[in-house]
Amino acid sequence: MSGASATPGRGRLALPPAMIAAPLVVIALMLGRHWLFLPEDLVLLIGAALLFAFGGFVLGRLVGLPDRWIVIAVPMLWLVVFFLVPFFVLGRISLAETMIARPPYSPLWERGDDGGIEIIASLENYRFLLSDALYVNAYLSSLKIAAISTLFALLIGYPIAYYIARSPEPRRSILLLLVILPFWTSFLLRVYAWIGFLRRDGVINNLLTWAGIIDEPLVMMQTDFAVYIGIVYTYLPFMILPLYANLVKLDGALLEAASDLGASPVTTFLTVTLPLSVPGIVAGSMLVFIPAIGEYVIPALLGGPDTLMIGRTLWDEFFSARDWPVASAVAIVMLVLVVLPIMWLQSVQNRQEAQE
Amino acid sequence: MTSNPALAVNTRPWTDPDAKPFISIRNITKRFGDFTAVNDVSLDIYRSELFCLLGGSGCGKSTLLRMLSGFETPTSGKILIDGQDMAGVPADRRPTNMMFQSYALFPHMSVEKNVAYGLLREGKSKAEAAERAAEMLKLVKLESFARRKPHQLSGGQRQRVALARALAKQPKVLLLDEPLGALDKKLREETQFELINIQETLGVTFIVVTHDQDEAMTLATRIGVMTEGVITQVGEPREIYETPKSRFVADFIGSVNLFEGRVGPSAPDLMRVETEDLGPVSVPPVPGLTQGQTVWLAMRPERVWLTREPKEGAVNTVPGIVRDMGYVGHMSSYLVRLANGRQVRVTQANESRRDNPISWDESVHLSFEPADFRVLTQ
Repeated sequence: MSGASATPGRGRLALPPAMIAAPLVVIALMLGRHWLFLPEDLVLLIGAALLFAFGGFVLGRLVGLPDRWIVIAVPMLWLVVFFLVPFFVLGRISLAETMIARPPYSPLWERGDDGGIEIIASLENYRFLLSDALYVNAYLSSLKIAAISTLFALLIGYPIAYYIARSPEPRRSILLLLVILPFWTSFLLRVYAWIGFLRRDGVINNLLTWAGIIDEPLVMMQTDFAVYIGIVYTYLPFMILPLYANLVKLDGALLEAASDLGASPVTTFLTVTLPLSVPGIVAGSMLVFIPAIGEYVIPALLGGPDTLMIGRTLWDEFFSARDWPVASAVAIVMLVLVVLPIMWLQSVQNRQEAQE
Repeated sequence: MTSNPALAVNTRPWTDPDAKPFISIRNITKRFGDFTAVNDVSLDIYRSELFCLLGGSGCGKSTLLRMLSGFETPTSGKILIDGQDMAGVPADRRPTNMMFQSYALFPHMSVEKNVAYGLLREGKSKAEAAERAAEMLKLVKLESFARRKPHQLSGGQRQRVALARALAKQPKVLLLDEPLGALDKKLREETQFELINIQETLGVTFIVVTHDQDEAMTLATRIGVMTEGVITQVGEPREIYETPKSRFVADFIGSVNLFEGRVGPSAPDLMRVETEDLGPVSVPPVPGLTQGQTVWLAMRPERVWLTREPKEGAVNTVPGIVRDMGYVGHMSSYLVRLANGRQVRVTQANESRRDNPISWDESVHLSFEPADFRVLTQ
């Protein structure tokens, strides 16, 4: 709060009004709770958000940060409290031993017999993950399923994105809306709907039998096939939107230039359109690949007992085996597996931006 | 001169009625829905010409160029290039190359790869293509920039890469869409002459689309003036400027004063035109005009004599008052108001340091040489 104080024209966020406003908001929320019968969760959520805003603001002001830092400090604090701190908690549990206790893991330190403090932390859980083929296979299988799903989402999404990007304006907006439309229904409901299509006496089997194409119903439910369908279907919009955003920027004159220089439409696509859409492909693929690795609901609903995915292993470990330390280790490894591709994506994007 | 066979032939083939055109555009019409972009245009362009299509925006010049390159299909009519009918020939198989207004350089390829792109497409080996690309880059003086990406170049450099890329395949015809439009004035003037040099060195037929009349005048062997989908006049720059065929062309190319009048009695060497603004005016007789017919007299501002005293021996003189004056350096331009309120544009070359230049609100006399009038009927 030293030199940067109260220069006219560069308005400082005033601390005293905020200090008055905060209790007023709290009182308003409490009154709202009692007289307007606002749901408790809502009051808590608004209260928590305001508390964070206020806390970040006061903290930033006390430390003497400039205002633009304070603006960032609020979401930063949110991220630290709800993402970074749980991550460390998880990391700490992953280093503990499982115990029949509450919570079901060993404390971080213990007073030894000689009165000194012993820190109980070992990488035993991580070694266990490596030694047991189940976990390694679950990771590999998750990566495989995510990769194959991403590939199919790309193969299906690219032509759609290309078509939308090349459509004339009024139709383009409608098509984009259609891509986003499924989000208006809950993801869970949409995955359930697929069961109706894929099951033994589902829409697809009935239709094919009626048309005389098959005699025996196809087994589609509880297979990896159903999981692929579910993942590709669910994440397709995340592939289409970044690809569309990229392809719509493509300068038509470049395509004409390629054609003018003797390139056939296929060559034009391979030498101009495709290389220039790489950022869109990377962004779309990451948006599909990353959540697909940790996918739990789709394999649980559509997959069979032998569909091995890490999200499911994680759930089993936490809730069936109640082995929190191993489950935490599984989660940490999965986070690392996901963070690495994100960092790669970031570096690709930065390079792309530096080029433009 | 005779040692160069290209120059030994007639350099103005359009003056020879037997010359065979290299590009023949016959009754080309292009409609977009209800809008007619190009309306029944016929045009012959000869080998090694630098032909300029000149017109304002939306006049159809770019559409005509795009039909030559194959990006648009004519609604009706025919295009022949070197005797070959272009109907049904897609853009990638035409003997034309285009230099785009935006240059349309591939942003993900180096300068070298951009230039080699077309060569690789016609099946040249990588080594051959690289060699030819290097040659082209030398022609446009960009040898040392071969490895750069387009975004690392200045506007003028990009323009030269685009030119090199379009010329690399040795097209029969090079189509240039506003080739100098994105450059600043100084660079544009330098590049104009560079473009002419390259065209003369290679002997490729150039068709340039431009809205800039100075550019067209400097570059072109011939100019085609377009408006509303129609070519209103085709001719050499001097012809277009000195003997415009219509009020539109006279007004579009350079600056002009137009005076409406009626044809009066005509003597063997002079014809009288009764005008409201200048009174009776004597002009050289024009055959085919009937007495009483409405005509327009076009007078370039620089051909008007501006004097303080009536010019001695002048046939057409009117008094006026200087309403406005602008000093541009090499010349000054005046706006002179006549007795009836009509303003006449006059420019005067500042050939020497005059002590007492004509200035605001002075009474002056305007004199017009009969031969400097151009009599227009449309």
